[in-house]
Amino acid sequence: MTMTPDDYSDLNNPDIPIPDELKSNIAITTLDRIYNWSRARSVWPLLFGLACCAIEMIATAASRYDPARFGMEVMRPSPRQCDLMIVSGTVTKKMVPQIVRLYNQMAEPRYVLAMGACASGGGPFKEGYNVVDGIDKFIPVDVYVPGCPPTPQALLHGFITLHKKIEGQSIMSVPWYKKGQSEAIPVPVLGPDLIDPRQGELIQAASEGEYSAQFETDENA
Amino acid sequence: MKEISPEATSDVKSVDAVELLSRKFPGSIKPDDRKGYEGIVVDSSKLPEVATAIRDELGFDLLANLSYVDYPEEGVFEVVYNAYNTAVGGKGLTFRVRTSRDEAEIPSLIGVWPGVDFQEREAWDLMGIRFSGHPDLRRILLWEGFAGHPMRKDWREPFYEEDNKPYGTRWPEGQVQRAEMKTPYGMNVQYPGGFKLEGWEPEGEEALYAGLGTPLGIGPDIHQIKTDQLIVNLGPQHPSTHGVFRMAVTVDGETITRLKPVFGYLHRNHEQIGERNTWLQNMPFTDRLDYFSSLANNLAYAISVEKMMGQEIPERADLLRVLMVELTRIQNHYSAIGFLLNDLGAFFTPVLYALTERELILDLFEATTGSRMMCNYMRFGGLAYDLPSYIGGPAIKEGDRERELDTMKFIKGLVYERLPRATDMLDRYLTNNEVLVNRLKGVGVLPGDRAIAYSATGPVLRASGVPYDLRRADPYSIYNEFDFDVAVRYNGDSYDRYLIRLDEVRQSLRILEQVVPRLEETEGQEYMGGKRSYNHRVPAGDHYGHAENPKGELGFHLVSDGGGNPYRYHVRSPSFINLTALEEMCVGHKVADIIVILGSIDIVLGEVDR
Repeated sequence: MTMTPDDYSDLNNPDIPIPDELKSNIAITTLDRIYNWSRARSVWPLLFGLACCAIEMIATAASRYDPARFGMEVMRPSPRQCDLMIVSGTVTKKMVPQIVRLYNQMAEPRYVLAMGACASGGGPFKEGYNVVDGIDKFIPVDVYVPGCPPTPQALLHGFITLHKKIEGQSIMSVPWYKKGQSEAIPVPVLGPDLIDPRQGELIQAASEGEYSAQFETDENA
Repeated sequence: MKEISPEATSDVKSVDAVELLSRKFPGSIKPDDRKGYEGIVVDSSKLPEVATAIRDELGFDLLANLSYVDYPEEGVFEVVYNAYNTAVGGKGLTFRVRTSRDEAEIPSLIGVWPGVDFQEREAWDLMGIRFSGHPDLRRILLWEGFAGHPMRKDWREPFYEEDNKPYGTRWPEGQVQRAEMKTPYGMNVQYPGGFKLEGWEPEGEEALYAGLGTPLGIGPDIHQIKTDQLIVNLGPQHPSTHGVFRMAVTVDGETITRLKPVFGYLHRNHEQIGERNTWLQNMPFTDRLDYFSSLANNLAYAISVEKMMGQEIPERADLLRVLMVELTRIQNHYSAIGFLLNDLGAFFTPVLYALTERELILDLFEATTGSRMMCNYMRFGGLAYDLPSYIGGPAIKEGDRERELDTMKFIKGLVYERLPRATDMLDRYLTNNEVLVNRLKGVGVLPGDRAIAYSATGPVLRASGVPYDLRRADPYSIYNEFDFDVAVRYNGDSYDRYLIRLDEVRQSLRILEQVVPRLEETEGQEYMGGKRSYNHRVPAGDHYGHAENPKGELGFHLVSDGGGNPYRYHVRSPSFINLTALEEMCVGHKVADIIVILGSIDIVLGEVDR
């Protein structure tokens, strides 16, 4: 993709006249446009791989597909320095507390891209007893990329979709400039099965007999 | 290349083994006479003694696999061991132990083969079999406090529909319902009856940390200085653990005194899903075990099932299988070398060189199988497709047409020119690099006898001076028709584990040079034996099939009850078992060396946790 000055033409507000001799040096734009334009072109992903999709993510990050074209080649292993979490692979119950914790540690604005069938909805392993059927049960997802695994082209398309989403946001309404702190997502706990603290009441009600699971207690355990 | 020691017993048939062992242990040994089963049944009280005799007197020194089967009708659990002889190769010896389901307990073999450590923990975790004498019998893939043992036949997962596929909801009418609608929580969870959240405390990780305080008694003695010991956790979110792997490490200053790997962050329940699936439905799941080498996994599973079915394979299918598997091995070893250099701090440049070549191989996979990584290419009796006539290449210039590259020309270009050149290039840039040599030489030494004891296989075993390669030791497919050497290195350190990967790439290229002319001769011939079918019936029986994967011996222990679904589907994963030796390799080294040693073992988490 070669960028020409025409690509940036939407940054200029045409209503305000600019003298001819300054046209190559001055652009008049809105705060939203320049803010989103610069944010969208420097999204740093979290260097964080879960499963097979991570290998395609690495292949995407390599020279052939070159995410530097989108300003995304800087992958940081620390969540504090990242804007985008690519959930690249099967989310297991044992791993999901760590993922939620990582998400909570990311500074806003933060985005989540669910890469592949597993992260989006459980994928081929959905029936498994240790598999979370989609990361969106726990953290908000911005872009879903289908595929098992998605090809690098599909992932790049996911990046472009994310850019469009970022460009549609307005500085007036984004949550991270509102008063107060954003609420952290409660970290799930590993019990007899994965426990989402937000479902506490439901679990309590089920234990009081309102729902009887088809589960038989194992005496040998 | 392979040296045969004079003391080693010749290829011991299991009949001879029964005779020899019954003379020594009267009344404790009997042959397994069920139809389709082989090997011997050992009385559990005599297991360690019999195992010692099998190792020392019969010469089966490598315990390749420990598997466990549930027979609820008979009320027994069966633990199946497969032992092999690394000195002479050949068929292995299968021995099994039975224990009642109510009080499942058998003696641990950790004193005979330390390599059973994690496998016994897995059997405890998933099946609930206790191994008396195991020093650290904790859950391994799941977490402490998980309710139940999910590989038992009467255990049901939250999204349970039926015991076996195809499910009535999906076939033949196909009225699929979302599984989330059927549980009150809207997710894949269930709680045992009477579970109360109020007053409940999670079990935490005391059990993990409890084992980390006591020194192992190997490595330099640093306790004279009386310093404080510190427990450090590496992972699961760590750029150098090759995925979601975690290690809890005790350090004294910078020196490692204990190390415990923590698994299960990618435990995707392959085995449990595999037992619901039909035989063929497991093929795409094997792709996702070692996702770097999906075609090699396909082959291991295909030959295991074909052996049970007695299926013949046409020549062209065998040739294409070898072509694909050896290319897989090459790209896996390239990536392994690239990522090892990442771990050394040469961040991403060597990987870029490695991945450039890998992409070319993936182009061939994509054109042939339709997918870059998850190829799902092999079938019982042959392959899903033949080679395509051309490979589409990208347009280079604006207005250019998509290129069509002749497939055979592309393969020849890879095998005869591109890949040998790339291998030499990696060799030239890396092998004598001062940083690489200093960081790898003498680091993480694993002597040959310890490697065998730890059941290490693949490059890890061969870098320790044991020339044991299943392509020669227990030949499968058509590997006995090709001329190649078993690569072996003798120092057992990380540097040799790096070098052996280059050696193996060269041997793979040597095999490929013999495959290509035969591919041209067989062009247009049949590539599928038997009839194509979605639903295969496999004769009742029990079989352990294995193949030499890029990372080591990938084995499948399959039990069939004669139906359309595997009764037992156990994966013997090389990465998982190679990690048993990690603690011994790391103790006495510095923290930074863990990363290097782990990189030199070359693990992939899809296979470690399954």
